[in-house]
Amino acid sequence: MTSYFAGIDIGSMTTKVAIISDEKKIVGSAILPTGFSASKTAEEAIRQAKEKADIKNGSIRRMVATGYGRNLVAMADEKVTEITCHARGAFERIGNALTLIDIGGQDSKAIAITSSGKVDKFIMNERCAAGTGRFLEVMARALETDLENLSSMALNASSRSQINSLCTVFAETEVIGLIARGANRDEIAGGLCWSVAERIVGMAKKVGINDLVYISGGVAYNNAVISAIGKQLGKNVQMIEEPQLNGAYGASLIAMQR
Amino acid sequence: MASDSREMWARLGLNMEKHDALLSILGEAYPEIYHKQNNRPKGMTYFDFVISEIHGLRVKELMDHKEKGGKVFGTFCLYVPDEIINALNGISIGLCAGTDFSIPDAETVLPRNLCALIKSFYGFKSAKICPYFEVADVVIGETTCDGKTKAYELLGDIHPVYVLEIPHRKNEDTLKLWRKEIEKFIEKAEEITGQKLTLDKLREATKMNNNKRKALQRMNSLRWNNPTPISGKDALLINQVAFYDDVIRFTDSVNKVADELEERVAKKEGTFPENAVRLMTSGTPYAIPNWKLHHVVETSGYPIVAEESCVGSRYFSELVDENASTLDEMLDNIAKRYFNIHCACFTPNDERLDDIVDLYKKSNAKGVINYTLNFCTPYLVESQRVKDRMDKEGIPFLNLESDYGMGDVEQLATRIQAFVESI
Repeated sequence: MTSYFAGIDIGSMTTKVAIISDEKKIVGSAILPTGFSASKTAEEAIRQAKEKADIKNGSIRRMVATGYGRNLVAMADEKVTEITCHARGAFERIGNALTLIDIGGQDSKAIAITSSGKVDKFIMNERCAAGTGRFLEVMARALETDLENLSSMALNASSRSQINSLCTVFAETEVIGLIARGANRDEIAGGLCWSVAERIVGMAKKVGINDLVYISGGVAYNNAVISAIGKQLGKNVQMIEEPQLNGAYGASLIAMQR
Repeated sequence: MASDSREMWARLGLNMEKHDALLSILGEAYPEIYHKQNNRPKGMTYFDFVISEIHGLRVKELMDHKEKGGKVFGTFCLYVPDEIINALNGISIGLCAGTDFSIPDAETVLPRNLCALIKSFYGFKSAKICPYFEVADVVIGETTCDGKTKAYELLGDIHPVYVLEIPHRKNEDTLKLWRKEIEKFIEKAEEITGQKLTLDKLREATKMNNNKRKALQRMNSLRWNNPTPISGKDALLINQVAFYDDVIRFTDSVNKVADELEERVAKKEGTFPENAVRLMTSGTPYAIPNWKLHHVVETSGYPIVAEESCVGSRYFSELVDENASTLDEMLDNIAKRYFNIHCACFTPNDERLDDIVDLYKKSNAKGVINYTLNFCTPYLVESQRVKDRMDKEGIPFLNLESDYGMGDVEQLATRIQAFVESI
């Protein structure tokens, strides 16, 4: 009979579940908007992930919850912070010392991970949306586009607008001002992605840049941000496999090892 | 609160409506934060009582003291020499500065980007919600940081203020300046109290304040045992009450708690399990009722066993040498004692880093949380020095910046829990 382990990561914007088999492979997963009731969303996400994993012969032995809503999951056997879970997930994939940059919906963090997989140092953004997915979401709206297109627009731009404000509210005003002055929308998008990267690179430098730098979280799908981080660090920066599930994956691995 | 307290507050000219609101917030927060703890020492009953009468009985005592011709000195800093005030029949009171309740009022005058402690104390006066302020004949300010220095100018418009100049370097020359500054302060204090400083009175007051410091040293060093016999929150409360309670009664109460803690240590009885991850803090002060950091850390399951802080080790670690045959010698000893407090207003300030390492080792802590109030420039910038030194010593270190608002409690909890997971 196969044993399964689950990790659930309740973020501010999305809830992620990863179920692994005892070979540490993800056999089922789910990503849902967190919405108002984090506990209901959690139940639904677990149900969907189980369905995908097609668990007939065996059951979930242990579950670890992480993310800001970790204390809302009644079913979880243990709660572990997202720092530890992200580090665990990334180290499992990479197997070497690395600096992990996680850019989530409402917070971003940088974690320096040692060659033995231990969290050496970490830093999280202050309590505001600067340098997070939320920032990009608000800016995409100001540019009347969506997140995916924001990235392509930024990559298309031949130069970028200067965005000076780190604050989401002020930056939105700045973007509206730029549009009013007839600035190129692609260039504004380029400026926005660059400014998010600057904010995050500043944080990452505080914990230390290892030879390997990986990005997790939903914003990892934004190639413009990844490329800007790479340029600013002078390094080849890569997206970690299944970046949105990285925290949940780490949580499932912790569930397995206990 | 008894009706005679209300009458007293009205007589002091407090804004009764706002003051009621403040007390009701405090009345709700305190039981939630303090009474729900496990296995508190019995001696904490006294401190619970002190808090329940925070604006009542103690204020009444101060009013009675004034009626008998004594004076009340309000202070905001450890550099104000309590023994001189006490020797001149004055009472020294650390004034209110620990809640964001008074900040909106302060922000009508002070800039927003200023540390919460400064805004809080200014607001307590300008909104008339602190009876201690209204009882104080004078507020003794000090030049420890630019924010306070300039805020005292503005405070001077609405309350009598006298400012002590604190040098920012430590050498023979600045010690002389500081000694001179103490002399000037004595002149001022003599003028306010109408008393003359004598060696006998100063020696007696010095002994009394040393006894208080010794009691605090004793209680705080008992926290270093594992399991820790008292929660960090309770110890913090004692360290906070030190600033405004009657010195002799306070000293007795702390010694009673310490007696009890000794018994607990002998029985290996504690407030947290023996395997709980012990933490210490370094950084800016915790003005009453700022219990936020301790509450977040301890409700996460980790006891705080020491504070390198003005409300903590900086307050009681140094004693005044009582051996002096002349008033001048005694004042030399006092000047030296205060000059040995390692505040971030000094440059360089490597002694403070030594203090943190020393306290980390003595307290058997497993990590250091460096906590700084937003916009506190000296401590914020010095955080990098602290970090570098902790890295060098291999001491796990977490840097946190916060204020009195409750909006970041969850984020703080996540950082603290992640920090402990990484130790």
